[in-house]
Amino acid sequence: MNILYTLLIKEFKQIFRNRFMLPVIFVIPVVQMIVLTYAASLEMKDIRMAVVDQDFSSASRLLISEFSGSPFFEIEHQTSNYDEAMDMLGRDRVDVILHIQHNFEKKLYIEYETDLQLVVNAINATEAGLVNAYCNQIITGFNSQIRADWFGMEPSGTIVSLEIIPEFWYNPLLDYKIYMFSGILVILVTLIGMLLTALNLVREKEMGTTEQINVTPIRKYQFIIAKLLPFWVIAIFELAFGLLVGRILYDLPMVGDLGLLFLFASIYLFVVLGIGLFLSTISNTQQQLMFVAFFFMITFILMSGVFTPVDSMPRWAQQINIINPAAYFMRVIRMILLKGSGFQDISREFYSMGFYAVIILTLAVTNYRKTT
Amino acid sequence: MTVASEHIIEVKDMVKKFGSFVANDRLTFHVYRGEIFGFLGANGAGKTTAIRILCGLSYPTSGEIRVAGHDVYHEREKIKRKIGYMSQKFSLYEDLTVSENIRLYAGIYRLNRKQINQREEQLLERLGLLPIKNRLIRDIPLGWKQKLAFSVAIFHKPDIVFLDEPTGGVDPITRRQFWEMIHDATQEGITVFVTTHYMDEAEYCDRVSIMVDGRIEALDKPAVLKKKFDSKDMNEVFLKLARN
Amino acid sequence: MKRFFGFVKKEFQHIFRDVRTLVILFGLPVVMIILFGYVVTNEIKDVDVGIWDKSRDQVSTEAIQKILSSGYFVLAETIDHEEEIESLFKSGKAKVVVVFEDSFEKRLLRENRAAIKLITDASDANSAMLVQTYLQGVLANYFKSVNQAGTIPWEVEIKSRMFYNEEMTGVYMFVPGLMALILMLISALMTSVTITREKEFGTMELLLASPLRPREIILGKVTPYVLLSFINAMTIILLGFLVFDVPVVGSLWLLMLECMLYITLALSLGVLISTVSKTQQMAMVFSMLGLMLPTILLSGFIFPIDNMPGILQWFSTIMPARWFIVVVKNIMLKGTGFAFIWKETLILLGMTLLFILAAVKRFNIRLE
Repeated sequence: MNILYTLLIKEFKQIFRNRFMLPVIFVIPVVQMIVLTYAASLEMKDIRMAVVDQDFSSASRLLISEFSGSPFFEIEHQTSNYDEAMDMLGRDRVDVILHIQHNFEKKLYIEYETDLQLVVNAINATEAGLVNAYCNQIITGFNSQIRADWFGMEPSGTIVSLEIIPEFWYNPLLDYKIYMFSGILVILVTLIGMLLTALNLVREKEMGTTEQINVTPIRKYQFIIAKLLPFWVIAIFELAFGLLVGRILYDLPMVGDLGLLFLFASIYLFVVLGIGLFLSTISNTQQQLMFVAFFFMITFILMSGVFTPVDSMPRWAQQINIINPAAYFMRVIRMILLKGSGFQDISREFYSMGFYAVIILTLAVTNYRKTT
Repeated sequence: MTVASEHIIEVKDMVKKFGSFVANDRLTFHVYRGEIFGFLGANGAGKTTAIRILCGLSYPTSGEIRVAGHDVYHEREKIKRKIGYMSQKFSLYEDLTVSENIRLYAGIYRLNRKQINQREEQLLERLGLLPIKNRLIRDIPLGWKQKLAFSVAIFHKPDIVFLDEPTGGVDPITRRQFWEMIHDATQEGITVFVTTHYMDEAEYCDRVSIMVDGRIEALDKPAVLKKKFDSKDMNEVFLKLARN
Repeated sequence: MKRFFGFVKKEFQHIFRDVRTLVILFGLPVVMIILFGYVVTNEIKDVDVGIWDKSRDQVSTEAIQKILSSGYFVLAETIDHEEEIESLFKSGKAKVVVVFEDSFEKRLLRENRAAIKLITDASDANSAMLVQTYLQGVLANYFKSVNQAGTIPWEVEIKSRMFYNEEMTGVYMFVPGLMALILMLISALMTSVTITREKEFGTMELLLASPLRPREIILGKVTPYVLLSFINAMTIILLGFLVFDVPVVGSLWLLMLECMLYITLALSLGVLISTVSKTQQMAMVFSMLGLMLPTILLSGFIFPIDNMPGILQWFSTIMPARWFIVVVKNIMLKGTGFAFIWKETLILLGMTLLFILAAVKRFNIRLE
């Protein structure tokens, strides 16, 4: 009988006999996909605002109503006392204070210009930036509203006005969830692939059965393939399963060619599982391995651009990303699913991944020692 | 059955060092085809180190070693096809059944389906494991596991089988049965290389070597050794050697 | 007592012998803080922009100059066909395309108004939103200066003040979260796995048969990790301060005390996990999925709790890390005293007692 076939039968039997496997493959991903996607939303909803109105004018009321009418803002508290609002900011009851000072309307009407103070809790800088951006948009709207109301028309004469027409392609409703979901799918497939593969081999080492395997005439590559293939199948299955869940729960768009996505994923998984195997060849205990794997995983994931764009990262980080497989897949899955990119758009990523796969698998095979 | 002249294992000046610690100090011996060769010594005497080198699990530091006609430096994979091995750490897969374990190793040694079916049946029959062939290894008693592990190690009819403390933790009756199985194996032409620290087991061996602190202090037939050291049993021989 | 110290010493030796784990143990906080400080950022910088200038006049050329010299945008490609937008987005070469309409300058002069289209690749909704805002800002500024009249009437000028974090450094947000995460990782994960390992290998039986009391065994296993965790907490605070100028505005002593409380909590959780897991794998899955992920996701570490759906918000209240993060933020960044955090402290204390009780109970059941 073929050695590889024999070994594969053995691996599959062991994997599915492990009571732990089925929940790991089915339940945990679903929970993760649901919880994570909702939890990991950086979408701004309900920015809690305290309004300090010291003007009590029709202009200030109009401004406030612009904010309360926006789906993004919720006015938690309205007062004329600044310190009271600051106290709420300190207790984390509100995220931002809109401070309309005395003579707001008067200055605006007479001097054509007036100040408005915004105090943002900036401990979370990203969030603060977005809050600020949303406030700016509302106030720009307020400005043209005032002009129209008070003047009856757009300002004329020598003043030129610029019409800016924003267009949001691929995602006109600015739904953050689909973007996040595709990223989470990458994490999931990577995590399951790498961790399960790595733990499997180290566990055999710890149990002492690798010793028995090492005195047999099994070739290294046969052993490595037998260790790799089952988890490759599981991970590919996981990807398909995840896509299905995404389709059902979030109406995940699949603009591009799914065949291309799976082709890329297959190569990507060889890299990820190869890294898992490599890590297990250099670890002796499951504990050691888990710690090393955790370290790699978290670094890979954070740098991959799952939450924040890779373009925003400093140059050195972008250079490190050349060896970060997750960064490639993160980019490719979003390009194919959300934008419908074709092969020529991802050819560079494709070839890099192939090259990577060859290197890492060679490394894993050569580093696995039958003899010490 | 002994074909006295043929050396199936040939070891000359074998040295294994771990850092500055010398685990095997210039071991020189040979094993005849078809004999039961006992490799005796206290815990930490260097038995396991030596057996691992002979099986190709570990590199020697220096020395000339040939197993089944092949050199351990360059022809380890050829050696591996001709040997069986059973380690002191229990080495069947706990989460596979009796039958699955047998078939796994049979497959690894490239036995064909017909051979496998036939030999598995015979083996299970002889060990009386037929009724529990679909039980997981983790659920069967230790004694049976040991016997099964041995049977699996010789399932592909190797030239030599290496047994590293095969009877550790087993009751005297099972140990007795185990040695009967070893004896049967030699009837089929398999050479047995066995390490143990039960000195009574040494009596069952054709020849024994006794290792103390990484060196072979004595090597001969049990009867010859007993006479030489003027002892009534092997235990006494061993104690006399170890005390020096 | 002497016996106990001997045991603790053995445990320390165990840990220190495994150099690789040790390196990661101490390297982890450093790497994480650098990652979060420099890498995980939403800041708009060097955004690739495509330009489609249908007009090619003086104003449009100048406007393009302004965009490219703003420091936020880098020219990816100039294009002159509709289809090229699509291919720029699909290949990921540009995130936004600016389209100036025909005879831009003429329209501006004759009709006093002209249009610019900003087409963003909104597959990443947040980035798209930020890019839009920045581009609009740059363009608005430019056209304000173009205006001969100088000012547009009735303009509300916003003065934003970024409180607690004037520089808007991302790392402010992450320091408390990182502390919560790393302390949980080392304390809970490591202890649960070490203890389960002894169980799996049967050495636990050996220890239990020794004259050491079960209580001493657990304490002995846990003590080294208390120290390691504490050193790590201090490393994070120190690094945050030295590298990113994250201050400790409030009392350092109070902060240290709260850290100790949280470490104790995490350790008791670890022990509890080890009492219910049979194998290391099980302990790992419990700790990773039951502790690590929720700590990262539901504690407000990266993602604001307020944005979550109600059920997740409710769920986040049973995450110890959530409360710890509030405490750390208050002491470190806002400089508030105990009066503002007694409630959170009490919750953490309550949880700790609960976990210890549960662990002791489970442990005793196992012994019987």
